[in-house]
Amino acid sequence: MRITKTLGLAALLAMTAGLAHAQDLRIGLQEDPDVLDPDQSRTFVGRIVYASLCDKLVDITPDLEIIPMLATGWEWSDDGTELTMSLREGVTFHDGEPFNAAAVAANIDRSKNLDVSRRKSEVKSIESWEVVDDYTIRFTLSAPDATLMAQFADRAGMMLSPKATEAAGADFGLNPVCAGPFVFKERVQQDRIVLEKFADYYRADEINFDSVTFLPIPDTTVRLANLRAGDLHMLERLAATDLASAEADDGLNVERATSLGYQGITINIANGPRADNPIGQSAAVRRALSLSIDRNALNQVVFEGAFAPGNQPYAPTSPWYNTAFPVPERDIDAAKALLAEAGHADGITVEVQVANNPVQTQVMQVIQAMAAEAGITVELAAKEFATLLADQSAGEFVASQIGWSGRVDPDGNIHQFMTANGGLNDADYSNPDMDKALNEARLSNDPAVRKQSYDAAIALQQEDMPIIYLYHPVWIWALDEKVAGFTPYPDGMIRLHGVSVSE
Amino acid sequence: MLAFLGRRILIAIPTVFLISVFVFTLQHLLPGDPILVMAGEERDPEIIAALREKYRMNDPITVQYLAWAGNALQGDLGISLRTQQPVLELIAEKLPVTIQLAVMALIIAILIGIPAGVLSAYKKGTWIDWLANIIALSGLSVPNFWLGIMLILLVSVRLGWLPASGYLPLSEDPLQSIRVMVMPAFVLGTALAATLMRHTRSAMLSVLKSDYVRTARAKGLREGVVLVKHALRNALVPVVTVITLLFGELLAGAVLTEQIFTIPGFGKLVVDAVFNRDYAVVQGIVLCTGIAFIAMNILADAAYRVLNPRMSDQ
Amino acid sequence: MTATVDPEVAADPLPPRRRSRAWAKFRRNPSAILGGAIVVFFLVVAILAPLLPVPGPAETDWSAVRKPPTAAHPFGTDEIGRDVLSRMIWGAQASLLAGVVSVLIAVALGVPLGMIAGYMRGWTDAVISRFTEALLAAPFLILAIALAAFLGPSLTNAMIAIGLSAMPIFVRLSRAQTLSVMTEDYVESARAVGIGHVGLIWRYILPNIFPPIIVQGTLTIATAIIAEASLSFLGLGQQPPAPSWGAMLNTAKNFLEQAPWMALYPGIAIFLVVLGFNLLGDGLRDALDPRDT
Repeated sequence: MRITKTLGLAALLAMTAGLAHAQDLRIGLQEDPDVLDPDQSRTFVGRIVYASLCDKLVDITPDLEIIPMLATGWEWSDDGTELTMSLREGVTFHDGEPFNAAAVAANIDRSKNLDVSRRKSEVKSIESWEVVDDYTIRFTLSAPDATLMAQFADRAGMMLSPKATEAAGADFGLNPVCAGPFVFKERVQQDRIVLEKFADYYRADEINFDSVTFLPIPDTTVRLANLRAGDLHMLERLAATDLASAEADDGLNVERATSLGYQGITINIANGPRADNPIGQSAAVRRALSLSIDRNALNQVVFEGAFAPGNQPYAPTSPWYNTAFPVPERDIDAAKALLAEAGHADGITVEVQVANNPVQTQVMQVIQAMAAEAGITVELAAKEFATLLADQSAGEFVASQIGWSGRVDPDGNIHQFMTANGGLNDADYSNPDMDKALNEARLSNDPAVRKQSYDAAIALQQEDMPIIYLYHPVWIWALDEKVAGFTPYPDGMIRLHGVSVSE
Repeated sequence: MLAFLGRRILIAIPTVFLISVFVFTLQHLLPGDPILVMAGEERDPEIIAALREKYRMNDPITVQYLAWAGNALQGDLGISLRTQQPVLELIAEKLPVTIQLAVMALIIAILIGIPAGVLSAYKKGTWIDWLANIIALSGLSVPNFWLGIMLILLVSVRLGWLPASGYLPLSEDPLQSIRVMVMPAFVLGTALAATLMRHTRSAMLSVLKSDYVRTARAKGLREGVVLVKHALRNALVPVVTVITLLFGELLAGAVLTEQIFTIPGFGKLVVDAVFNRDYAVVQGIVLCTGIAFIAMNILADAAYRVLNPRMSDQ
Repeated sequence: MTATVDPEVAADPLPPRRRSRAWAKFRRNPSAILGGAIVVFFLVVAILAPLLPVPGPAETDWSAVRKPPTAAHPFGTDEIGRDVLSRMIWGAQASLLAGVVSVLIAVALGVPLGMIAGYMRGWTDAVISRFTEALLAAPFLILAIALAAFLGPSLTNAMIAIGLSAMPIFVRLSRAQTLSVMTEDYVESARAVGIGHVGLIWRYILPNIFPPIIVQGTLTIATAIIAEASLSFLGLGQQPPAPSWGAMLNTAKNFLEQAPWMALYPGIAIFLVVLGFNLLGDGLRDALDPRDT
């Protein structure tokens, strides 16, 4: 019988929800996603949509362990340059095409070779691949790459129907065809993205909605008002300052998870003539600025204590955090001493550029007031993001308040920023010891060995401080109390498996 | 009249050209690099180079403009850098939304503004005049976003009368579509009502003192007839100017209202496009609003002729 | 009430007499005086800001973030613990400047252009009108961002951007009014008796253009104060931490539920100033109306 076959926790959930079946789940997003092609897209909210649209080779647990998804198992060769993956059988894409090793090969080929693919750097280490049999594929790497599995747990691991990608080319994003729990139905830019349940999904029993609608609502107050008015079932990124009122509301539930990302201040150390000033030239001055900041007070004032103060690329709760360098207490005297040591006893002036959104401006105004007490005059230059980014990469900045959304693998939060040739090293920071530590960390698949390398890198960062880390955002979801089964993940995604709505 | 319209339309062609060159140049002089934003958080140099090549960003600006203009003349306005949707499709999708919002707001503004202006001019110096002025000025000085959020909190969250935000095409469900749009239209309309009311009042005051109104009164015509047929008709000249200007303002300036009520219209599209440096979208929208502006201006000039035939020899 | 100004009377060298008569009329108008008083009050507050006994507008107090009004902070504190009253007082400078200066820019450029277009007609009119239309069609945001890019973001450049974008309405209004006046019988007669261009513009066109321009000007001051808020939000207006009412309102929008006072006081101030300018404008309009005594 069919019922006995599918009995399990998921089926139970499906049955209870089935009694009062929610037709459509409505989710409020903070922004409108960009193009819906996993090989081309770049936005965080785009990834939230993919979580319901495109299954990946592997997934993560809330504790960031890699678990099977479309790949059921994998094995590394002893030298770490060969990865053999066995694939799930009986999976079809939304257009009915079968999922198999050839499809994986086509996907990796596209990520690597589509001219405008944004995934190139993520799968760079893959040199070649071989379809061993219908459900086995073997990748050969140019060098060991500990970060690859984490890439497969994100956009680089999303499997698109090869037939559809071939037909649509770079226009795939107008009508994406994947192998996830929901099928793309329609999109009205800046209004909604509608997905419908995929009947042939291999875990269809865990999906309790006929459709899911994503609604971009940028204003946080309005997003929350929509949830309260019953127009949404859930929303992502509740403003920290709305947390107290949402928690006090009987009709709402709140879930949260510390993100993998961070916010910080990048200092121009050698990127063009604008680096030629006290803070760019002296690590002591940078440490002084860091010491002048009361990170707990900053968190209290701007985020009502809901975020996580930080001083490293990893949050203090992360296994990669170097506990030898705890989040420093504010120390004005020490900051002044460092300034004096660097020959600036009379104080210095630093221009910091900041994105002109209210929250980041607020953060910098608080820091401005704090730094002033240590004799550091912070001048703010509010810029819109496109300008800020262009100025930063061109070296047209002294200091820049910017963040990083975070990656599952620890490499993603530090390597590109701190190595001499790193693509995101806008500070133009260069330290051979740092390069050595971070490159070594890529070679081993043993977390203990990697941890040693990252500890060494963090120690160097604390000394040289090209980036002054400030805090780690916390993802906050607000849900209608009728929504059950939602699990918060540190990657900020919304996974709908097992989520249900009671009436 | 026909010759007048024909001449105006002919003159409009260089204006459209002027606008497109103006905006194209302006956009490319803006700071910020769209390719850098598009390349994503990683900003891979290889991708940046590929994107520049694909979107012809390496060509000189004149070549880029000619390429754009050539395609535009053939009805191809390019694609959005952000979502790869064709610009023409985007415009066709957004235009009805904003037109619906603008028309509803304008109707609300006219329904409130003109009668209030007439009444307050007629009852000048009395408490009615004062009250009308105060209400109109509050409408003007309360920022859109504040009024919008307050209305959502009150009408949608507390009272549950109207949906908090969103959009439904008129063709799908006319009644619901209007229900969804009432609050945003009201928010947008109040500020315009104030402007209209003030202009109507001012024009009416002048007209009420004029010879022909006194003549009309002397003839013993009923006061209502004098007010509407003689006074208002003449007072409408500056009011019509203001309305046509407001309509343009509405099309481009529904930005905040659309943002607050998350209405997928023109204003939202243009703001996102400017911030993402989505050149083709900005260019397409400006072309479109430019043509709309010119059309409104021609209509306004035609309206003057109807209202004041003495101006006809131009 | 006298009849419409007839050519003979208007041909007299009237200006000084008209001015004193206007002032007398203005003085007898209570609402105009009230409007003037409100405007003067805010102007005085803005000018005297450095002398008033309030904390500095950028002084923060971490222990008093978003606190409702108390004796120490009569208007409460803002999102990072600054005194709202102090920021209101200092913000008056930025907001009044933004409102008045940008309208002055718009009027100074727009009215002469509109008059020339309406007076000369023909090609001059066509060129001016086409450029006005082109300017109108360029979205305000693009214009503002581009200007800030050339000049660097500051309050001054925000005022220039607002002024330029507000200019077309003044061109259109003064052009329409000029066209309308030029068809009046008394202008025909004045021309017939040989009055020159300058005389015509000075005696007939200007007085007739003023009423709608003053009304529009006072309304635009309000729009400009709110426009400054949007520009601050884009990082193109007043630079943080310096306050302006618009910037304060923009921040307050995120705390409407938790800290309503942050929006209330700047909102009231904007309302009062707008009211003041409009009442004042009305008084001026009535006083300057050539058809009235």
